[in-house]
Amino acid sequence: MKFSTMRLAAAAFTGMGVLLAGPAQAGKTLDAVKARGQIVCGVSTGLAGFSQADSNGKWSGLDVDVCRALAAALFNDPEKVKYVPLSAPQRFTALQSGEVDVLPRNTTFTLTRDASLGLSATVVNYYDGQGFMVPVKTKLKSAKQLKGQTVCVQSGTTTEKNLADFSKANNLNIKPVVFDKLEAANAAYFSGRCVAYTTDASGLASIRAKEAKDPKEHLVLPDLISKEPLGPMVRRGDDEWFAIVKWVMYGMLEAEEYGVTQANVDQMKASSADPVVMRLLGGGNEDTGKLLGLDKDWMTRAIKAVGNYGESFERNVGAKSAVNLPRGLNNLWNKGGLMYAYPIR
Amino acid sequence: MSRKSPPRRKNWTWRSQALRGLVYQFFAIGAVALGVWWLAGNTMHNMQVRGIQSGFDFLARPAGFDIGESLYAFDSNHPYWQAFLVGLTNTLRVAVIGIILTTVLGVLLGVGRFSRNALVRGLCYAYVEFFRNVPVLLQLLMWYVFFTEALPAAAQAWTLGPLFLSKGGLSFPIPVWETGHLWGLYGLIAGAALAFAYRRWAFRRFEATGRPRSLFWVPLGLLFAMGALGWATGGAPAHFVVPVRGEFAIEEGGSLTPEFMAVLLGLSIYTAAFVAEVVRAGIQSVARGQGEAAAAIGLSQTQSMRLVQLPQALRVIIPPLTNQYLNLTKNSSLAVAIGYPDVVSIANTALNQTGRAVECIAIVMLVYLTTSLATSIFMNWYNVRAAIKER
Repeated sequence: MKFSTMRLAAAAFTGMGVLLAGPAQAGKTLDAVKARGQIVCGVSTGLAGFSQADSNGKWSGLDVDVCRALAAALFNDPEKVKYVPLSAPQRFTALQSGEVDVLPRNTTFTLTRDASLGLSATVVNYYDGQGFMVPVKTKLKSAKQLKGQTVCVQSGTTTEKNLADFSKANNLNIKPVVFDKLEAANAAYFSGRCVAYTTDASGLASIRAKEAKDPKEHLVLPDLISKEPLGPMVRRGDDEWFAIVKWVMYGMLEAEEYGVTQANVDQMKASSADPVVMRLLGGGNEDTGKLLGLDKDWMTRAIKAVGNYGESFERNVGAKSAVNLPRGLNNLWNKGGLMYAYPIR
Repeated sequence: MSRKSPPRRKNWTWRSQALRGLVYQFFAIGAVALGVWWLAGNTMHNMQVRGIQSGFDFLARPAGFDIGESLYAFDSNHPYWQAFLVGLTNTLRVAVIGIILTTVLGVLLGVGRFSRNALVRGLCYAYVEFFRNVPVLLQLLMWYVFFTEALPAAAQAWTLGPLFLSKGGLSFPIPVWETGHLWGLYGLIAGAALAFAYRRWAFRRFEATGRPRSLFWVPLGLLFAMGALGWATGGAPAHFVVPVRGEFAIEEGGSLTPEFMAVLLGLSIYTAAFVAEVVRAGIQSVARGQGEAAAAIGLSQTQSMRLVQLPQALRVIIPPLTNQYLNLTKNSSLAVAIGYPDVVSIANTALNQTGRAVECIAIVMLVYLTTSLATSIFMNWYNVRAAIKER
């Protein structure tokens, strides 16, 4: 029951993983994954729309779809994934020590993380920014009105630093109340301990939709105080595995751009005249998968499993979901967003 | 009158026990050192291979995060080592105040177990059995839920004079520092000296004449009287920063956060149950005849407890009491579950901002090891003092 000490102990033990593990060998993640027959995926402990387990223990979400697409591309079975829920403080050590193969866990890419943790940032799957949520009854309209107030925040996130920067830049003297676990931070905010809650805007929407007694009683303020490009990270030094994760994600974007969906993927593969689609799906004599160490149908399987990026977005966090986030920056580059895949050829 | 045995020369042959013992110890220490060396080397190698930067250089870099409560002004520009220092002071604040509270409460409860009043006895018994059998983390969460759920919001805070109790914690007036307070401080120092002198004099008089004088109330009175006199000399400054009801929170004045109160109460009340048992065991270890003898020379029940039984019980009480103090200090690491910025919480944040997991955990271990050893050393010293001087 002592979950916080357990958590620290877990962090300590993953640290021990680094202590005891044998020397790392580059390029071996794919072999290890294949030998195991399963991808080990580090996800959040429960963030609606991104990674959350339902009552049957089945995981779903935008981040989970990355794992499912990878498993489909590798094993032709999106279920061949083992999900390891990680708290924010645990996540990097878990990836460093090899406990997980890939970390799609609403994690912000920053220079420190990319350059000094022995990890590599792959592709952004959600462009986010840090925001604030307040109870409607406070009648607050802007984060700049939070002078001297308490703000609940989860530990081990870029959020704490952004909050300090924002507080300093605007001379607000905000008092953070820092919790080890997301659940504890949520509970404290909803109990009224803090005037405001801060995390990524997508997280706020998710928490408001799933955790609030009445979502209408809480308002996400318009201020965004940071850039938070979220996406999966992998271990540094394994370029083959890095490339597979990167290109499966690009493949999902490319599929949306060229109109390939979960429903029409077989038909497109058989009949499309567009060479881009043929390369993506491995139709005709095209075999883009080979260069990655996969077979020619890699993206066909991935799209069959989770659909293209747009479908995944709408299903998990978009208008069709409880989280109900607008597409915004996460639209394709040719529709006013930032999502731009490198060409698959 | 110790008997000295004739000096015997040690026999350093292979068959001697002394030499064998030495050799075994040498190998044991060598094996441990090798193990540590291998672990450290392997860690460094692995971290290097994986491109993980390591070292304690990050401690000098600016922390970049704020800390909700701290005993001295901390700003996000300050370096990481100062952040750790804030965490350490927050841990020590809980530990020191908690140890004092738990001792007072525990002794009262332990003594209460011998009360002639069945109600007091029963209540003490019930307290001990309830609080020592519920996991401490649950108790912390229970107190925290009490403070954050059951208490009213700041706008409807419960007030008692200038005190406010709400979800935001307990707010109280704090005096504005003026030079007059310095006079009060001088008065207190003078009072302390006077009280000390009086005690020595009263004790000597007692030994000479057998007439007892109060060794507690009179010195205490002296202390405060002198303090008040100094304060009055300094112009009796009485300006306070009084908390006021703000729009969302109680502003100004001093305050104790619900996190701090929950940790402090939870740990003190939990540990007090164990201290009560330690005290009870100590008192029971004093031979019954001691109490009877005290009664025979006319000491009251309270005097018998205070002057005869407790001092002898201390010998039995102190060593297990030390354990309880150490437990309280170490259990304060659970505070992270309810958002109190103790050293574990700060280390958690630092670990995430910098990725230096091994270093941050080493710092936390060092902090607890140092505080625990310091507590042990102090308690051992006290134990030696309290032990029967055998001649």
